[in-house]
Amino acid sequence: MNVFFPTDNRISIWSIGSNLSTGMEDGFEGDPQLLCEHKHDGDVLDLQFLDQDRIVTASSTGAVTIFRHHQNSQTISVSQLWARAHCYPCDNAPCTGVVCSSPEIVTVGEDGRIIVFRADQEGVVRVIENADSSTIHAVTYLRTTEILTVNSIGQLKLWDFRQQSNSPSQILSLSGDRVPLHCVDRHPNQQHIVATGGQDGMLCVWDVRQGNTPFSLMEAHTAEMWEVHFHPTNPDHLFTCSEDGSLLHWETSSHSDMPSFLQGGRNSSMVSRSAMAPAGGNQSLISAWLSGDSSKGRLETTHMLPSQTLSVNSLDVLGPCLVCGTDGEAIFVNRQVPV
Amino acid sequence: MEEVDVEPTITNIPAISDGKHMGFAWGPGDILVYETLYKASGASGSGCSFIHEIRKDEDIYSPILRKLFNESHHIFVGLQTIREELPSKSKKPQFVSISKNYRSVIRACMEELQQVAGNTVSILLAIELIWNLCEVLFIDAAPAGSLLLHLLDWVRLHKADVDERAREVLQSESPAEHHDYWDVVVSYVLQGRLEEVRQMLVKQGTLQPAARSMYKQMDTLLSKMPFYNPGGTQTLTEFDVKWRHWHEEVDRCLQDNSFASNRHLEVICKILLGDEDTLLDHKELLGTWYHFLVTRLLFCHPTVKPTELHYYAQSCMTMFLDSRSVSEPLDNILLAAFEFDIHQVIKECSIALNNWWFVAHLTDLLDHCKLLQSHNLHFGSNLREFLLLEYASGLFTHHSLWQLAVDYFDHCPEFGRVYLELQIERVPLETERKALKVLRICEQRQMSEQVRSICKIMAMRALRNNRLGSALSWSIRAKDAAFATLISERFLQDYCAKGTFSDLDLIDNLGPAMLLSDRLTFLGKYREFHKLYGEKRFREAAKLLLSLMTAKIAPQSFWMTLLTDALPLLEQKEVIFTADQTYELMFCLEELTSSLNITASSTDRPMQEEDVEVTKVELLRLALARNLAQAIVKEGTVET
Repeated sequence: MNVFFPTDNRISIWSIGSNLSTGMEDGFEGDPQLLCEHKHDGDVLDLQFLDQDRIVTASSTGAVTIFRHHQNSQTISVSQLWARAHCYPCDNAPCTGVVCSSPEIVTVGEDGRIIVFRADQEGVVRVIENADSSTIHAVTYLRTTEILTVNSIGQLKLWDFRQQSNSPSQILSLSGDRVPLHCVDRHPNQQHIVATGGQDGMLCVWDVRQGNTPFSLMEAHTAEMWEVHFHPTNPDHLFTCSEDGSLLHWETSSHSDMPSFLQGGRNSSMVSRSAMAPAGGNQSLISAWLSGDSSKGRLETTHMLPSQTLSVNSLDVLGPCLVCGTDGEAIFVNRQVPV
Repeated sequence: MEEVDVEPTITNIPAISDGKHMGFAWGPGDILVYETLYKASGASGSGCSFIHEIRKDEDIYSPILRKLFNESHHIFVGLQTIREELPSKSKKPQFVSISKNYRSVIRACMEELQQVAGNTVSILLAIELIWNLCEVLFIDAAPAGSLLLHLLDWVRLHKADVDERAREVLQSESPAEHHDYWDVVVSYVLQGRLEEVRQMLVKQGTLQPAARSMYKQMDTLLSKMPFYNPGGTQTLTEFDVKWRHWHEEVDRCLQDNSFASNRHLEVICKILLGDEDTLLDHKELLGTWYHFLVTRLLFCHPTVKPTELHYYAQSCMTMFLDSRSVSEPLDNILLAAFEFDIHQVIKECSIALNNWWFVAHLTDLLDHCKLLQSHNLHFGSNLREFLLLEYASGLFTHHSLWQLAVDYFDHCPEFGRVYLELQIERVPLETERKALKVLRICEQRQMSEQVRSICKIMAMRALRNNRLGSALSWSIRAKDAAFATLISERFLQDYCAKGTFSDLDLIDNLGPAMLLSDRLTFLGKYREFHKLYGEKRFREAAKLLLSLMTAKIAPQSFWMTLLTDALPLLEQKEVIFTADQTYELMFCLEELTSSLNITASSTDRPMQEEDVEVTKVELLRLALARNLAQAIVKEGTVET
């Protein structure tokens, strides 16, 4: 039996001021203001907006909770709670990922289950038991009826909800070492392009239509990559954050229609450009690639945070605004990301 | 054994009745205590069935202080990475700036705490006061002349109420008639802020035109008071001479009774001369003995040398605190600082404060300034390391701040690693993500034993919850062959029980991990056999099956199953196994049955099971014989 002491976790809503910043040099001006908060049982392992007012959280206790933000009174209340959505027979199983497409909510957990909920509906809509024999770390929508999950034996699995069977419609994985994958995100416009990141800090871009191996592999971080996000409106930009304390902004500046990291193989000489020079003088984050296929594109990466931060656990980006949280209990907000 | 510095505090455990014995066990940051009968033998009685957890340090759970811990960690790590090769002279400004960083973090916390109240604010105030003084005396190490100016800044920073009162007075309708007016003026004088004094006196002067000349004279005196300019061309001696002239002039004014008609101005004049009695008359305006000290130095010995400070400090403290008041711990700490007894400062602070934060960080900074003598403590490490270890150990018990502690341990060269090894295994691992973070820390420091131990814990937990894939991925990470074998056994048992494989997605995709353990390799290959059979590639399946036995990849316990799997292949119309292969199969069967026979006689297996076994063997023998016959015929036939 494991005994874990209660912690004082909370879910909080902050305001970072208006979007009309007038030509300020430093994108980090002004402190975010705390609007309201609510106690949360267990660690928040994932968080997503369901709609304007509602947020779904995945908890380390295995619970899935919908919180409602009341704008006029600036309060948060629990709207719906599935207490042991993910669980083992005699233990808690953390819920590791949640993704929403209102009113549908899909969650995954360490118990290897995929659960589909409907907001405002009490019970569970569908459960895929034993979807995976190892922990599912993240989930994302591929199409409205298809989802993608990544697990700790390095597999990308495609699930089609139209099918009744409890097995994936496709399994993709890297040949060679089974490196656990921690995050996955789909290209906003081209639905077959997917990016994943894993334990070895490598950024992989896959084309789910073709083949069993990733389209391109890039060394990104020196430790686990926790999250990867395409910019929702400007998908030539990609953001990754990692246990090694860095947040990278990937920007392609290719002249062709397709961003260079989608042109396949090991290509393009990468230029690492630091926004703020790391104190320790460590410049070699991205290794120079052997120039293989002819490629017209160039990929540039930028460090977005000052050096020597502890692990960056999570990030999100919307418009010119980037926010991320670190293990140093700090939140960084950048209102002027060049996208 | 050494004497204790302070009497230990006594904590009563309410639930344990008086006079009962208590048993205890130390934890990482607390003690577990329970009631017990302290008897060697005899009947046991009933007692309180609770275990009590006693914990001393509450500070790490304060939400606002957490900010202090996080930010100071950042500063600490930055300090450690300052390059050693630079000469001390060029490093001093860096150290001063780091000291100021620490202090600004303390102030930021104080500001946040102001809204919340409680006595943490006063503790932080005291901490900042002490740190500031240490910065002035030890780190900046100002020489005579600048020393007083820094001390003046120090006092001004910590007596902010003067400005508030001044604002109140100035914003009133007639400031010069405000009841606090003269208090404010005198306070300014005591702090040496003569510009402000002059501005305020102007208001009084206009009110009393008759006394204009007197006010003019005072204004002149105030404007002529020399202040040492460290950046200027004037030497200290020149300044001293100038100051003495001015001092004599003020004295003459007093002797001439120039200000006799206005007692306020006379008081100011006396203060300017540094008259002790007058200063002591204004105790409430001064507030503290160290304000009294700095004021006295300002008006009596502005060129005071650092080494002379302690004489004045001691005498001022005695004069200010009359026999009624008791010296507080803060007073002793400041006095020790004035005496440049760094070790005493640290010692007193350690006793007075219930959290190691302050002493740990200050000592570390002082150590970097090379100000601590490297005398070793009785238990082997030096003072800096001891304090850092204590502080970090306290952090480690916190569910979130433990990550900060890791960096502190990293910079304790003697015992840091050992402490880290012991502590890191005790971090509760509620989620896989947390376990991964802990593992990353261990792997970066080549703590292979801890890696193995943590992976084993996670793998066991996964196994218990029937998450075989997770368990396998943990044992791969730890390169734990033994555990991988265990997991494979589970898979095989499942197969024998159910007849099918569970978790095919895992077994089908083992990849190079298959080589981690023999059993795992067998599992992978066995699954491959099934796949080949399913694809009707019988020849290859047969070859693989045979190799599993002959290459001794399969455990003997599984051979029966394998041979039974061979049956359908043997019974096929087409001959699949060659004669040689059949001979090998027969050999395996004989080996198996002979080893079984040895054990069979001693077991008391039920008759039914034995029957089944016997039947199986019979069937196999028959099938093998038939296959052999067919194979020999086929191989002997020449196709024409």
